[in-house]
Amino acid sequence: MLLKMKFNQQRRLRLAQGLWLLSWLALTCGAFIFCLGVYLKMELLRRSEVMDNTEIHVVPNILMMVGLVSIGTNWVAGRVCLDSLDPTRFPRWKIFLLVWFAVAAVICCLLIAVVVLAYALQGRLEESLKIGLRNGIRFYKDTDVPGRCFQKETIDRLQMQFRCCGNNNFKDWFEVQWVSNRYLDFTSKEVKDRIRSNVDGRYLMDGVPFSCCNPTSPRPCLQYHLTDNTAHYNYDYQTEELNLYTQGCRQALTDYYMGLMNSTGPGVLSVIIIQVSVILSLRYLQTAVEGAMALENPEDDSEGYILQKGVKETFEDVKTSVLDMLKFSQVDPTTSKGSPEAEDASSTPAN
Amino acid sequence: MALMVVKFDLKKRVKLAQTVWFMYWFAVMAGVLLFSMGLFFKIELRKRSELMDNNESHFLPNLLILMGLIACVVNAFGGKICYDSLDPTKFIKWKPILKSFLVFCVVFNVLLLFVALLCFVMRIPLQFTLAEGLKNGMKFYKDTDTPGRCYMKRTLDLMQIEFRCCGNDNYRDWFEIQWISNRYLDFSAKSVKDRIGSNVDGQYLMDGVPFSCCNPSSPRPCIQNKMTNNSAHYSYDHYTEELNVWKRGCRDALLSYYGGMMNTIGALVILITMLEVAVTAGLQYVHSSLSSLANPEDPESESEGWILEKTVKETFTDIMAKMKAVGKGTKVEEGGEAEVATVS
Repeated sequence: MLLKMKFNQQRRLRLAQGLWLLSWLALTCGAFIFCLGVYLKMELLRRSEVMDNTEIHVVPNILMMVGLVSIGTNWVAGRVCLDSLDPTRFPRWKIFLLVWFAVAAVICCLLIAVVVLAYALQGRLEESLKIGLRNGIRFYKDTDVPGRCFQKETIDRLQMQFRCCGNNNFKDWFEVQWVSNRYLDFTSKEVKDRIRSNVDGRYLMDGVPFSCCNPTSPRPCLQYHLTDNTAHYNYDYQTEELNLYTQGCRQALTDYYMGLMNSTGPGVLSVIIIQVSVILSLRYLQTAVEGAMALENPEDDSEGYILQKGVKETFEDVKTSVLDMLKFSQVDPTTSKGSPEAEDASSTPAN
Repeated sequence: MALMVVKFDLKKRVKLAQTVWFMYWFAVMAGVLLFSMGLFFKIELRKRSELMDNNESHFLPNLLILMGLIACVVNAFGGKICYDSLDPTKFIKWKPILKSFLVFCVVFNVLLLFVALLCFVMRIPLQFTLAEGLKNGMKFYKDTDTPGRCYMKRTLDLMQIEFRCCGNDNYRDWFEIQWISNRYLDFSAKSVKDRIGSNVDGQYLMDGVPFSCCNPSSPRPCIQNKMTNNSAHYSYDHYTEELNVWKRGCRDALLSYYGGMMNTIGALVILITMLEVAVTAGLQYVHSSLSSLANPEDPESESEGWILEKTVKETFTDIMAKMKAVGKGTKVEEGGEAEVATVS
C-alpha cells in the first residue's frame, strides 16, 4: 500500500467536509482559469489585425476548455463528498470515480502544458507580429482600398497606445511609401525627384507618421526631414532621443503579451496545486469509505491509501490489463479473417 | 392613531429582524461603494489637477468619502442591533439608545439626499474651473524648461490624445498662442523674424497645431502646419476638411467626462439613500414591535409596529413643543439668575 493512513469515523467526516470546501475552491479556480482564457483571447483578438497567424491562440483556447472541464469535475467531486457519508448512495459513484481520476489527471497535465506552451510559443508570436506589422506598414497608405482602409487607423492607434514606432524601429517608415498617391502633387519637381530616385518609383521620405511622436519630448514633434540636421534649428539627428518613440512595435507587443502570460503563470500553478490536492483527498476519501463499507461495523476505523499495491506493481497490473484488452481485440480480426478464407476455400471448389 | 401600523406575532417579528439584518449587510456594502466612489472621483480630479490650475474643489469627493465611512459604521451598528433584537436579554441593553440612533439615521438620510443633489449641481463650478485651467495650460505648453511647468506639454498632449479633443473651444485656440519655445526658433531666419514682427506682443504665432490634435481616422497623413493655407498642401481645402484634426474642444470633452461621472455617482447615491431609508424604516418597525408587546413578560405575545407613534401632524407639534420647552427652560434659568443677581 502506498502512503496509507488510518481513518476513524470522525476523521472520515472531517475529510469529507474539508474536501467539499476544497472542491468548491477548486471550482472557483476553474472559473478563474476560464475567465483568464477569455481575457487572453480577447486581448489577442483585439490586435489580430497585426498578427499574421493564430497559432498563439492555442494558449487561451486550452485555458478556456480546461476551465470549463474543471468546473464540471470539481462540481462532481463536491457531489461525491456529499454522498460519501451515506453508504446507500456512495456505491453508484464507484465506476464513475475511475473516469473522474483520469479526467482530473488530464486537466493537470493540460495546465502544465499551457504554462510550457506560453513560453515555447514566444518565437512564433514574434514571427507572426513581424509579418503582420510589415503588412500593416506597407498598407498604411491604402485608405481607399476596401479591406485595407482601416490599416492606417489601426497602426496609428497601436503606435500611440504601445508607445512604439515601426516594426524594429522608426527607420522602417523610411523604406515604405506611407503617403498615398492621391495626396501627392505629381507636377511638382520635388515629388518627381523623389519618385525617380528609387527603382520602384515610390515616394520615399525620411519622415514618420504623427503617431510616432513622443509627448514627453520637450520640443514640438519633428516628423519630416529627420536625417537632415539643417532642416530644423538646434537639431542633431544622432543625439535626439525623446522626439520619437525608440522602441519597435514588434518588441513592444511581444513584451506586452509575454507579460500577460507570465503574470498568469503563478495563478495557473496554484490552480494545479489545488487540483492535485483535490485528487489526492478524493482518493483517500474513496478508499477510506470503501474500506469502512466493507467492514462489519461501518463506523469502525478503516484505512485510506493512494495505491493499493506499490507503484511498480500497480504499473504492471495496469500494463497487463491493457495488453489483455488489446489481445482480446486482436483475437477478433483473426477469427473474422478465418471465415472469409473459409468462404473462398468453399467457393473455389464450386468454380 | 399611529402611522402605518402592522400587526406582528413572534414568527413575523423574527422574519422582520432577519430581513432587516440582511438588508443592513447590503447597506454596509453600499457604504463601501460610496466610499470607493468618493475615492475614485478624488483620484480622477487629482490626475488632471494641472489642467484645472490646481484650483479644483475637492469638497464633493471628500464629503462622499466621509459619508461612506459613516454609512459603513452606522449600518454595521444597525445590523448588530437587529441581530440582537431576536434575543430579549441582549436587546435590553440597546433599548435606551435606539430612539436617538433612529433620529441620527433619519438625519443621515437627509444628508445623503443633499449629497446626491450636490453631485448634480457641482457641475457648474467645475465648468468654470476647467475653462480657466485649460486656457492657462495651453499658454504654458512651450515652457518645458520652466520648473513647475515642464510637464504641462506632456499632460496636454496626453489629454488631447486620450479625450480626442484639440484646444479649448476648438483647434483655432492654438493659432492664438505661441506653443513653440524660443529655444527651437532660429531668430536669424527671415520667416521667423516676419512672424514675430507681425503681431504686437512679439510672439511666434502660426496657423498650426501640435501633433496630439491629429485624428488617426483621417485617410490622409496629418496636416499640422499651414492649416489655413489651401495651396500649401495638395488637394486640401481647410473649410471642408473634417477628419484631419479633432473638431471637439477639450473643455467640452473634459466637462462631459466629469459630468457623466458625477451624474452616475449622483444616481447611485440616490439609490443608496433609498436603501438607507428602507433599512431605517425596518429598524423602526423592529423597535416599535418589540416595545409594544401585549404581555411584556411573554416574548411570544402579539405586538404592533409603526413608523410614527402618532400622526405626522401630532409628531410635528410634539417636536415643536419639545423644542420650545427646551428654549424656555434655558430662558427661565437665565431669568432666575438675573433675579438672583438683582436681589443680591
